[in-house]
Amino acid sequence: MFGLNLDITGELAAFFILAVCAITGAVMALNLTRVIHSVLSLAFTFISLAGLYVLLGAEFAAFVQVLVYVGAVTILMIFGIMMTRHDHESQERQRPLTEALAGIGCLALFGILFFTIRGTDFPAPAGALPEDNVGELGRLIFSGFAIPFELMSVLLTVAFVGAVMLARREEDDLP
Amino acid sequence: MTLLGSYLTLAAVLFCLGLYGVLTKRNAIVVLLSLELMLNAVNLNLIAFSKYGMIPSLTGHVFTLFTISVAAAEAAVGVAILIVFYRRRVTVNVDEFDELRR
Repeated sequence: MFGLNLDITGELAAFFILAVCAITGAVMALNLTRVIHSVLSLAFTFISLAGLYVLLGAEFAAFVQVLVYVGAVTILMIFGIMMTRHDHESQERQRPLTEALAGIGCLALFGILFFTIRGTDFPAPAGALPEDNVGELGRLIFSGFAIPFELMSVLLTVAFVGAVMLARREEDDLP
Repeated sequence: MTLLGSYLTLAAVLFCLGLYGVLTKRNAIVVLLSLELMLNAVNLNLIAFSKYGMIPSLTGHVFTLFTISVAAAEAAVGVAILIVFYRRRVTVNVDEFDELRR
């Protein structure tokens, strides 16, 4: 069922190492009690995922992953931690019923996904990705996906303005 | 036999871990980070299919870039809402975000 007749290639070994790193980072992020440690171990997961993207031939996506996730989102979360207080996180109230139900639900979802993935035989890829990945990607974005690209820039601007408007201290509220 | 199944399984593991974090964690920042983890699992699926799918193409990469931008925008707005909320009710616990329910 597990398809263990794979021969050990470099790609398999690299995939295995990076996958173990990614899962370790995610599990530690959920288990650590201090928020800053969770954020840092999730940054580790994001870096491992960037390695996996390189392995899959998506160099530009890996670059963007490091730039945006490790560089921007993680730092944003650290700023969020700095601006709020997390003193009471040590005496976190335990909610065993909720946690057990959520765990059962997630395990059931994973089981369904796992058996579906293992039960499907994927057809072999016909052809390969172009060698000059980044150039082709740029051509594709600025020709076929030009309008979604512009909409994405509008979305980013709106989100930026909205975040500034939200977090601005309102003078009327102050006594 | 390609590695596609293994990549999809890894993405499923990461997605389920993120879902568990979203459902059980009380700290709003950890919840936001678990959301990012789920989005990353989806990105891994997209990129794996764009290499090992039936017709390899770069469309999956383009979708990944769009997903990353949307996730960044979501994180920015999420942290802004978190800070506003913290200013009003000095807490970051998500189970105290219940003003609309009361």
